[in-house]
Amino acid sequence: MTKGFTQRHLLGMENLTREEITTILDLGERFLEIADRPIKKVPTLRGKTVINLFLEPSTRTRTSFEIAAKRLSADGVNFTASSSSTVKGETLIDTAMNLDAMNPDIVVIRHAQAGSALLLSQRIRAGIVNAGDGAHEHPTQALLDASTIRAHKKKIEGLTVVICGDIDHSRVARSNIFALRTLGARVRVAGPRSLLPIGVENLGCEAFDRIEPALEGADVVMMLRIQLERKAGSRFPNTREYARYFGLNARRLALAKPDAIVMHPGPMNRGVEIDPGVADGPRSVILEQVSRGVAIRMAVLYLLGGGSGEEWSKS
Amino acid sequence: MPDILLRGGRVLDPAREFDAQADVLLKDGKIAAIERGLAAPGARAIEVTGCWVVSGLIDLHVHLREPGQEYKENIETGTAAAAAGGFTAVCCMPNTSPPNDTRAVTDLIVQRARDKGAVRVYPIGCITQGQKGETMADMGELQEAGCVAVSDDGRGVMNSEVMRRALEYARSFRMPLVQHCEDSALSAGGAMHEGLASTRFGIRAQPAAAESAMLARDLELVALTGGRYHMAHISCAESVRLIREAKQRGLPVTCEVTPHNLMLTDEACAGYHTFFKMNPPLRSASDQAALREALADGTIDAIATDHAPHSSVEKEVEFEQASNGVIGLETALALAVELVDAGVLTPAKLVMRMSAGPAKVLGLPGGSLAPGGPADVTVIDPKAAWICDPTRFRSKARNTPFGGRAMRGRAVLTVVGGRIVFSEEKLVA
Repeated sequence: MTKGFTQRHLLGMENLTREEITTILDLGERFLEIADRPIKKVPTLRGKTVINLFLEPSTRTRTSFEIAAKRLSADGVNFTASSSSTVKGETLIDTAMNLDAMNPDIVVIRHAQAGSALLLSQRIRAGIVNAGDGAHEHPTQALLDASTIRAHKKKIEGLTVVICGDIDHSRVARSNIFALRTLGARVRVAGPRSLLPIGVENLGCEAFDRIEPALEGADVVMMLRIQLERKAGSRFPNTREYARYFGLNARRLALAKPDAIVMHPGPMNRGVEIDPGVADGPRSVILEQVSRGVAIRMAVLYLLGGGSGEEWSKS
Repeated sequence: MPDILLRGGRVLDPAREFDAQADVLLKDGKIAAIERGLAAPGARAIEVTGCWVVSGLIDLHVHLREPGQEYKENIETGTAAAAAGGFTAVCCMPNTSPPNDTRAVTDLIVQRARDKGAVRVYPIGCITQGQKGETMADMGELQEAGCVAVSDDGRGVMNSEVMRRALEYARSFRMPLVQHCEDSALSAGGAMHEGLASTRFGIRAQPAAAESAMLARDLELVALTGGRYHMAHISCAESVRLIREAKQRGLPVTCEVTPHNLMLTDEACAGYHTFFKMNPPLRSASDQAALREALADGTIDAIATDHAPHSSVEKEVEFEQASNGVIGLETALALAVELVDAGVLTPAKLVMRMSAGPAKVLGLPGGSLAPGGPADVTVIDPKAAWICDPTRFRSKARNTPFGGRAMRGRAVLTVVGGRIVFSEEKLVA
């Protein structure tokens, strides 16, 4: 059994140790090759039940978790907002307790409000994976980002990572700040002052209100989506102006190191925070992030599902 | 109603600068005499040695939820909680259902309080109809029916012209106007204080400036109109600075602070527990320090609980979705004693901020043990140790952030108009 990760839940990156993060990343690497097998399935979590409780619109994260569960032979069930009883007025706690009564092993939750994954973990017996709670955390995204960075840079310690854009509304930014700091990277956040959360510097990163100085000498450039659905649009004049002053284009990317990689958690607003030429360019690793997402989520489900796992315990 | 002789306590009456061991005789609903070694044949004598005997505590800010939300609290349970907490009078806020913006609602509250209330109930009416911030409520009639002030509590009056005219009109009736300072455009529904903690927790937050910006505007309107202004639940350092300056300018302003803002900070929201969600929210440690300093130096006139009962329906949900508010009637006194133990308050100042001060703010009877005044008396055992167990509350609600806390100090006897409305069992056999 893997000794580096003994938590029952994955609620966020803030309280994980470097050893715990590294354990997940290492295991994720080993799961990567399953995607290249002719039969993309291992029996590791056979007989385990994983519920994807997605109470906020999501396509890629839900699909990624679903594929991860299937590749481990777990039985996955989707429970989404449109089909759920939450629209009938049921509380999250009641929904969770009803699901718990069906005795799932893991519940993956995506919810519009911060703290919802923690709330669930206090009420039900299953292991909880936070797949995004409001503007709080999205730990598997940070893990797959770290995995991608490590694959390209061979290390994370000492790298300069810039996170640009809508920091205030971003759970991806928070999880990445926590994870990358723990792993020893220098983290910069950049965006218009109206999208930088108060006190973000005190999380152990440098804050910039223009992206050019932040990009200088960067090893990794991570662009964030403008979350128009969270009314980010009222924080700047319009998307045209945003693109002009805060979008990543070839000219701005030239400020970073020549071998800097470009990342984006998706979905992208092409032409707003990122120029299509950069998104599709040679330094973009955006689709690789998506591939690694499945492997990282397999690793997380494996660790929480307590799979038998002898075949994975030695490298 | 028998006469009552409270024997051997430390009589603390800062309104008259009195602090000495003495006996207190209550007769015909009035304070009859305060002397050492009083002989009172026929009076029921109660030994209170080691306790403080003080004028009844007054809470300027409670929500009794009646009419309309009796599943959360009602006048009977709310005033029972008040009596157990040492309060002899409470002012109830008008955000009932329907809101207390007409005489009929005030009449109902006054009558229910007369029939079922353990303590005195002073209703506060609305500033504007339906608390909508648009058209003034019938302030004259509200006052005639028993309202002691007006407030749109829960909402600040956003429109400056409406606020100006309300201050002017209320002045004609000598009615204080109690403002919930919150620029709702700026607070934008934020569920906690905006700062490092909210950034970490990813909770939508409101800046302290949402409070202080409205307060700053209001103080200009007070200067313009001369209206009597009381700020509800002050919560941040900047508001403290503004109130302090306004008092130096001689403006007719007062303010109150909640026990929870004195005892807790925004870090308490770390577990997303909804019993730490209220409005105004728990602020930063430096705000808390400023509040404590202002409470000690008199910039803050009163401790008021903002007792806000909710049922599990409103609180057993996600943090941002939960209703604002916590209960406070049965914990406020012990927390104030904790501030005495911590050196923030003296016993005399505690009585000032919980009895004399609030009485003065709204011009209410009581607040002193002057002979001839109403026999509203609280006996406090400042050494009594207890664990806060919400299941034992008289309130219907359980939403306290202090459950499980080790407390020191509690009311052992509460007397309203010469009648015992609460007593510790062992004290009065």
